Amino acid sequence: MNRVVVTGLGVCAPNGVGLENFTKALTNGQSGIAFHNNLKELNFSCQIAGKPDVENINLNKYFSNVQLKGLNSSGLVYGVLAGVDAWMDAGLNNANDETPDWNSGIIFGTGILGVDKFRESIYKLDKGDVRRLGSTSVIQTMASGISAYLGGILGCGNQVTTNSSACTTGTEAVLMGFERIQAGKAKRMLVGSCSDSGPYVWGGFDAMRILPRKYNDTPEKASRPMSATAAGFVPGSGAGALVLESLDSALERGAKIYGEVLGGAINSGGQRAGGSMTAPNNDAVQRCIQEAIANAGVTSNDIDTINGHLTATSKDPAEIENWSTALNKTGKDFPFVNSFKSHFGHCLAAAGSIECVAALLQLKEALIFGNLNCEDVHPEILKLVSEDKIPKETINFQPKIIAKASFGFGDVNACLIFSQFTK
Amino acid sequence: MTEEEKYQKLKDIVQTYLPDDVTIESVGLESNFTTQLNINSANLVDIVLDVEDMFDIRLENEDMDGMQTVKDALNIINKKIAQ
Repeated sequence: MNRVVVTGLGVCAPNGVGLENFTKALTNGQSGIAFHNNLKELNFSCQIAGKPDVENINLNKYFSNVQLKGLNSSGLVYGVLAGVDAWMDAGLNNANDETPDWNSGIIFGTGILGVDKFRESIYKLDKGDVRRLGSTSVIQTMASGISAYLGGILGCGNQVTTNSSACTTGTEAVLMGFERIQAGKAKRMLVGSCSDSGPYVWGGFDAMRILPRKYNDTPEKASRPMSATAAGFVPGSGAGALVLESLDSALERGAKIYGEVLGGAINSGGQRAGGSMTAPNNDAVQRCIQEAIANAGVTSNDIDTINGHLTATSKDPAEIENWSTALNKTGKDFPFVNSFKSHFGHCLAAAGSIECVAALLQLKEALIFGNLNCEDVHPEILKLVSEDKIPKETINFQPKIIAKASFGFGDVNACLIFSQFTK
Repeated sequence: MTEEEKYQKLKDIVQTYLPDDVTIESVGLESNFTTQLNINSANLVDIVLDVEDMFDIRLENEDMDGMQTVKDALNIINKKIAQ
């Protein structure tokens, strides 16, 4: 089986667009969560969110003029920025005009795409103006629009598809691409995910009353993973992208290598035994972590860093307990653990991929990025984890093996094991 | 509307959200929606919306936080109708 390494990264996150800005923001503990007046005007209880700032990005670098005309799909913009950046970062070029790159594919997930475009279309349609929808309402709103746009820009000739599994989506995409290269069906896979921003995506979560509503004046304090005062997740948006490549191909090209994907696992709790549409079956979460470790060919003793799902709800202590049980580690033996949601909120379908990018940057930079807003670590968590394993500021530490997990509505789980690359 | 009528209407609403293995007969004034009747906590927001429609009132986030049992719900409904 082929070994699989990461040779390119791209990111469009609420606290930084592009690798340099994103790395700086995570290192310095800069939040990307801000107050949004349109949410206030629409009577949202939670009027804060994480939204990438693409105002000053030259979109002509990424899209043709025709593509930019009538473009009203924020997720598509974020996804193309992150995906193309990752491809360039890997030192790869777009395929020539005649022949697609048969050995390169794309698995780029999303939850729902082009919500603003869809709304625009619905208004026209309801007025009886269907003929005025234009030619792009389909391609901007089909779920696979993001992989289709990227596939066309880059000229990929291998599998080009979009996966969807709620907040697990991004992590699942990495695992699917990894397996395809491992099995020898592709040499390179651009994997990642994107999520639209705006009230039409976030409104449903506000209606479920699972978002914090007391931080509208102090948005940067709102996302509090692992904290005793965690009050719900802050909705986010954006995109993350990774270029996965067979080790042979990477070495042949002399590509830089961020790290290796050792393995992973994916499962579902079946919405049984405490699991539901919105809550995880703890047994399934533990199995997923343990299966990922076994699949990677390592042991729980090898894991020195965890990047959790940890959304900043009352469920965070249960997640830590699942990690503790799955790894059989407590106190000072527990790995370093962090949640980047404290910086940019919960980017929903994009969460897994943005967080995987951040996890790999930790390998490259020899840092563990600090957790924000958990100066009051939840007492149930402190019973299981020594407080110094939950860094509140970025620390110098070279992770060797990182476990990264994401969990989603529908009781679905995914866990990946990344390692420092050594020949 | 008498207290009994309100109670009956609330029970009619709650019935829709009961899991298959919980009967409407087991719903009492002291029943806790999530811990005793096993209603998915995500569905509490739907019960609140149904209550708003049925009694022509509006419940705020804080009202919902205090709505643990059937009796809590009736108290909040009465308070809102009186306002």
